[in-house]
Amino acid sequence: MSTDVSIATTAPRRSARSGRSTPAPAMQQGKLTFIVVFLLIPVGVYALFVVSPYLQAIYISLTDWTGLTATQTFIGFDNYVRLWHDDQFWIALRNNGILLVVVPVVTVLLALFFASMLNVGRRGKSGIEGVRGSNVYKIVYFFPQVLSVAIIGVLFKYVFAPTEAGGILNGLLNAVGLDALAKPWLGDPTFAFWCVVFVMIWFFMGFYVVLFSAAMQSIPKEIYEAALLDGSSRFTTFRHVTLPLVWDTVQVAWVYLAIQAMDAFAFVHIMLGISGGPGREGDVLGVALYRAAFNRYRFGYASAIGVVLLLLTLVVSIVFLRVARRERVELS
Amino acid sequence: MTAVDEKAPPVTPAPRRTPGVGVGQGALNLLNGTFLLIWGLITTLPLLWAIVSSFKTNREFLADPWALPGAAHIENFGRAWTVANIGEYFVNSVIVVVISVPLTMLLGAMAAYVLARYEFPGNRIVYFGFVAGLIFPVFLALVPLFFVVRNTANLPIVGEALGLNSHLSLALVYVAFSLPFTVFFLTAFFRTLPNSIAEAAIVDGCSHFGLFFRVMLPMARPGLISIGLFNVLGHWNQYVLPVVLMNEQDKKVLAQGLASLAISQGYRGDWTALFAGLVIALLPVLIVYVLFQKQVQAGLTAGVLK
Repeated sequence: MSTDVSIATTAPRRSARSGRSTPAPAMQQGKLTFIVVFLLIPVGVYALFVVSPYLQAIYISLTDWTGLTATQTFIGFDNYVRLWHDDQFWIALRNNGILLVVVPVVTVLLALFFASMLNVGRRGKSGIEGVRGSNVYKIVYFFPQVLSVAIIGVLFKYVFAPTEAGGILNGLLNAVGLDALAKPWLGDPTFAFWCVVFVMIWFFMGFYVVLFSAAMQSIPKEIYEAALLDGSSRFTTFRHVTLPLVWDTVQVAWVYLAIQAMDAFAFVHIMLGISGGPGREGDVLGVALYRAAFNRYRFGYASAIGVVLLLLTLVVSIVFLRVARRERVELS
Repeated sequence: MTAVDEKAPPVTPAPRRTPGVGVGQGALNLLNGTFLLIWGLITTLPLLWAIVSSFKTNREFLADPWALPGAAHIENFGRAWTVANIGEYFVNSVIVVVISVPLTMLLGAMAAYVLARYEFPGNRIVYFGFVAGLIFPVFLALVPLFFVVRNTANLPIVGEALGLNSHLSLALVYVAFSLPFTVFFLTAFFRTLPNSIAEAAIVDGCSHFGLFFRVMLPMARPGLISIGLFNVLGHWNQYVLPVVLMNEQDKKVLAQGLASLAISQGYRGDWTALFAGLVIALLPVLIVYVLFQKQVQAGLTAGVLK
C-alpha cells in the first residue's frame, strides 16, 4: 500500500514512547461499551432496511398477500407453480438469460481489445506503449459510468426514437442513404430488447476498459520487450503474455458483469415501458417483479420472482467463479 | 514466465528488424485506431447530441437531428427548471445525497473500524452479514422494503420525519444498502493501518473514541475519499429505490423525475425542455468527473481490484 508512506509522515509522532504496550485496565473496560456503541446504529439500520426485507420477502413469496389485506395466507409453493405456468415469466427469464451471456461476453472481449490497444497496443520507439491519444480515450470511454442509468435510459429512448420524433439513429441512417434500415427501433418486437442489450454494453464498457487498463499497466514492460525480441506477433503476445497476466482481473469482471447484467430494470422500464415493450417481448425479471408488485398488488407473486432472481444470482456467482478459476500466474 | 529472465541486451545485433516496422504493422495500427475512434464516437455522440439539442427550438429539433441550432435557446433551461420541475427534482436529489453520503461514511467507518481492529465474539458473523448483502439483488427486498418504510411513519417521535415520500427515509435506505460495500472496503483499509500508532495513542491516554475520531479516521482519509466518491455517484444516480419509495410528484429525485417525464411525455410535447433537463442532470456530473477523473476512476474501480 502506497498510502502507508503518507500515513507515517502525517500521523502524530508518538510511537517512540514504549516498545510493547499492554492496554490499561480502564481501556479493556471501555472496549465493550465502545464496540456496542459503534456497531449499534450501523447494524440497526442495516437490519431494519436490508436484512429484514430480505427475510420477509422469502416468507411473503409463500403467501397470497395482496397488500390490501392485513392477513397473509400461507399457500406454500403455489406462487412458484403459477410462475412455472406464466408465459410472460419465461419471456423475462429468457431475456435475463440473454443478458447474462451476451452482455458479459461482448463487454469483456471488447474491453480487453480496447484496453490492450490503449496500454500495450503500439510498438513505439521507446518500446511498448499505448496508441496515440490513449489517455483521452480512457477518459471518454468512462463517461457513461458516471451517469445515472435513468439518464442513459432517457437519452437512448430518444436516440432510438422514430424519425418523425427526431430519433438520431434514424437520422444518421437517412443521412448516409440507408433509409431502408430506419425503423422505430423500440417499437419493433425483434429489435427492442437488443437495443437495451446494446445500451447496457455501452454503459459498462468504460468501466472494464479502465479496470483492465489498470491491470495491464502493472505488467512489467520488460516482458513485452522480450516477447518483441523473440519475434512474437501481436496476437501471440496478447494471448500468451497479456491475457494470462490480467486473468485474475478478467475473472472478477465476469462475476461482476454477470451480477450487474441481471439488473436491466432502469433501461427496460424507461426505454420500453412498464409492460416490457412491444409484444411484451423485452420484459426482464426486475420489471416483471415491479409490475406484479406495484401495478397489480400481487406481492406474494412478486416476491416469488424476487426469490428466483436471487437463486439465479447465487448460481451465476458460483458457476462463474468455478469456471473462471485457472492457474494463477505469479510475477517474479 | 521464462521470458522475464531474458533481459534485452542494450545493443541488438544487425540482422533483426527494429520492432514496430513489421510488414502490415502500419495498416494494423490504422485499423485498430479506427476501432478505438468508432467506440469513442459511439460514446460521445449521443451526449453531444443531447447537449446541442437542448439549445434548439422544438421545430429545429424535429427538422434535422444533426443541424446546429440557429441560436442558443437558453430559455429551454428555464422551462425545464420550472415548468418541467427539474429544479425541484434537483433540490430533492441534493437534500437526499447531503444526508445519505456523510451518514454512510460515518456509520460505515464506525462498523468497519470495529470489525477490522477489535476482537470480540460474533465479529465474523457481523462482518459476513454485511458482506452477504453484496450478492443479494435489491429487487428481492423491494416489496417488504416498501412496507417497512411506510411503517416507520408510525414510530414514536421520529415517525413524523420518516415514512414514504420522506427525504430522510430515502437517505436512510441508501445508507443501509451502501453499508455492505462501504464496510467491506473500509474494513480492508483499516486493517492496513499500522498498529504502533494506535498503541502509542492508547499509552498516551487516548480513549477508544478519541483514537477513532482523532487518529484512525484521519489516517484512513485516502480510503474514505475513494469510497466517498463511489457513494456520491451511486446515491446521486440511484433509480429503483426512489421509484418505489418516492411516488409523490414533488418528492421525486432528479434521475427519477426525468425518467417519469420522458415516460409520460412519450414522443410528444416539449422535447427541447426535456433535453435541457437531461443536460442539467448530466453536465455537472461529467464536469466533476473530467476535473477529478483520476480519483473517480480509482474510486470506482478500487472495490473490484481489492
